[in-house]
Amino acid sequence: MTITDDLDRRFRETASAEGLLDVAYDVLDSPVGPLLVAMSERGLCRVAFDGEPERDLDSLARTFGARVLRVPRRIESARVELDEYFEGNRRSFDLPIDVATLPVFQQRVLRELARVPYGRVTTYGALAGKIGSPRAARAVGGALNRNPIAIVLPCHRVVGASGSLVGYAGGLQRKRSLLRLEGAEAN
Amino acid sequence: MMALVTLPPFERFYADHREAVFGRVSRLLRRSDAEDAYQETFLRALRAYPTLRHAERLDAWVLTIATRVAIDVLRRRSSDGELPDLPAPETARPAFAQIEHLTAELPPKERAAVVLRYGYDLDYADIGAALGSSEEAARQAASSGVRRLRGRRSE
Repeated sequence: MTITDDLDRRFRETASAEGLLDVAYDVLDSPVGPLLVAMSERGLCRVAFDGEPERDLDSLARTFGARVLRVPRRIESARVELDEYFEGNRRSFDLPIDVATLPVFQQRVLRELARVPYGRVTTYGALAGKIGSPRAARAVGGALNRNPIAIVLPCHRVVGASGSLVGYAGGLQRKRSLLRLEGAEAN
Repeated sequence: MMALVTLPPFERFYADHREAVFGRVSRLLRRSDAEDAYQETFLRALRAYPTLRHAERLDAWVLTIATRVAIDVLRRRSSDGELPDLPAPETARPAFAQIEHLTAELPPKERAAVVLRYGYDLDYADIGAALGSSEEAARQAASSGVRRLRGRRSE
């Protein structure tokens, strides 16, 4: 006798339905490579370019609790919205977002970042000004670099003062692809 | 909430132990019951996971849960007056496989003790832990099960 896929899926979905998980996740295919997508009880808490899923799981367990389990069905709404985004049919996301575990400064930066419209770019300095700390461009850069919810919180829309594509945690190639998809102009 | 111990993410724990848990419940229960017991084992493990005080011997911990879940099913079946079927013995050790079908008629605790001792080679301390009783009680349950089997065979 072996463990059937159906039995495995039933366990995962029952665990999720009974509210026993700290985090449910799945790894999704996308035009910019595999994405590890995770939901806490409060909402979407991770969209990571899937370099090392093992390290991502450890990080999720440390942040949200050790009951981290792959449950594709729990991620379904995020998968649908991301697919629509990559097909060019979605310009903003309706998913609830969980940034509650992040430092307060980073939460402020990410909240402001979420207001940068689809297809537009802004600069680290401009974002720093918006949160009332105009001299904190470098700290804003650090907060964006550690953005746990890539794409949905659009740190790819933030560029250097000269309009150049400076660093991106997912790599400049991905940043360029996302901006091209959105029809944004960047150097 | 800060965890006091570093437990592996449950996904990794599940991947590491699912085969062993399924093996344990499959040896004690028929297919449909084994599937239910497999799921129930990991749901109980999930409920208890945040309360674990250390991350050592997680294998023994989850197999103890699996055995208790399986014994609960056997108890329920026998109080329903239903005799549980044992799974096909082809995976069992040869000597034990020859007598395994006879164990179906034993009382649940004796049956579990006999199966765990002779089918799995568990020592009595582990069997006691799995049955929620002492090492000595596990030894007595196994030996009274064996006596009962001998009595049956000589009938």
